[in-house]
Amino acid sequence: MAVEKRNVSVTANGQACSAEVEPRKLLVHYLRDDLGLTGTHVGCDTSQCGACTVMVDGDIVKSCTTLAVQADGSEITTVEGLGTANDLHPMQQSFWEEHGLQCGYCTPGVMIAALGLLKENPNPTEEEIREGLEGVICRCTGYQFIISAIQKAATIIQESGIDLNSQQLVGEGTHNE
Amino acid sequence: MIPVTFDYVRAESVNEAIQQLKDSDGEGKVLAGGHSLLPLMKMRLTEPQVLIDITGIDALKEVRKEGDRLIVGALNTHREVSIHPDIKEHIPLVAETARQIGDIQIRNKGTMGGNIVHADSAADLPAAAFVLDAEVLITNEFGEQAMGIDSFILGPLITMMPEDSIVTGVSFQIPPTHTKSTYLKYFHPASGYPVVGVAAVAGTDSNGNIDFVRVGITGAGDVAFRATSVEEELLGKAPSEAVIKEASKLAADDGEMGSDLFASPEYRENLCKVYTERALKSILL
Repeated sequence: MAVEKRNVSVTANGQACSAEVEPRKLLVHYLRDDLGLTGTHVGCDTSQCGACTVMVDGDIVKSCTTLAVQADGSEITTVEGLGTANDLHPMQQSFWEEHGLQCGYCTPGVMIAALGLLKENPNPTEEEIREGLEGVICRCTGYQFIISAIQKAATIIQESGIDLNSQQLVGEGTHNE
Repeated sequence: MIPVTFDYVRAESVNEAIQQLKDSDGEGKVLAGGHSLLPLMKMRLTEPQVLIDITGIDALKEVRKEGDRLIVGALNTHREVSIHPDIKEHIPLVAETARQIGDIQIRNKGTMGGNIVHADSAADLPAAAFVLDAEVLITNEFGEQAMGIDSFILGPLITMMPEDSIVTGVSFQIPPTHTKSTYLKYFHPASGYPVVGVAAVAGTDSNGNIDFVRVGITGAGDVAFRATSVEEELLGKAPSEAVIKEASKLAADDGEMGSDLFASPEYRENLCKVYTERALKSILL
């Protein structure tokens, strides 16, 4: 069956991007193959592990279980939108300093999920962080160092007065709580 | 994993979606959050030729009270259901259940309507739906109809959903204000799905006797069920540890226990009893 390709335009990490894709293309492949944002990884490919987590219009979602066409017109934040090697985002800095990763495969998804948590709960307890990580799986760290990293990031973000909801690269929240 | 080729259209209204379904000649599927449908399509267990994206239909996001019922629009995500003030006030059981579905990312996408119409035998919501006499609101070209949850869900992934129709919402009965409710589940450690999930609503009259009790169980078998034997055993009695324990022994009597690599029927039966007892104790004692 021949199907017409669709134009999918998004704002990815603050940059306007677009590509012509088949409706069946998954968001994660659009990000990686069409936009070249290979920081987002495919892990389990069955919406369990969370390695592919990105922020779409302020909500964390699993990009392996979202079609690119569903994301047309949205604002997307991937790990590339957080910081650069010379200017790390507090979340990246904290993962580095607290050894919040070993192989690093899950890390982009974990950091985006953690930012999703901090957007709603800027000062989470250890218990709340553990609960906030329910949608991501790490097979290396045993999570303890990830939790330390997120606690540190929360402190840095609060002390430096960064507003995750207004920060351009971390999208715009859509929930009214 | 990539689904087979399909076409994709967006519907701006319920009528347009119904027309698009008719035009697809039985080959169309409605897409909302997609978190049940896309995994099936990626595994090529289903191969619709056209997906009709209904997420732009704002009317399906409404939550409204009608008499003793609260109607939750089909497109509300599990996250929205878990925090909606009217849902938390009138049917807190549904908010509490939605909060326990999948994980945060999944709750951000998965919807009330999608969850019910997918009819996964291990879905969380059916327990609350059975307990609160839920009706599935279905619209097709001839109008809207309401179908009771027990007649709507026929088996795992099998429903009475008529062709060329859309679930527009789910209507829940608001329980009496003096009752309390809870949803407890023993979940599969990898998938998070309930091996057994128990929803309970109960309350006592001015003499301290149980005058309202409902127990719904999901996950244990192919379809969720009301544990009416437990309810009948408890009604009119003063709640105590012993009374609840005795009644909870009947928890598996009204359903058929399933079996898989993870849990045998005997184990599920035991979980039904244990989780019913815990749920009832937490709201009655």
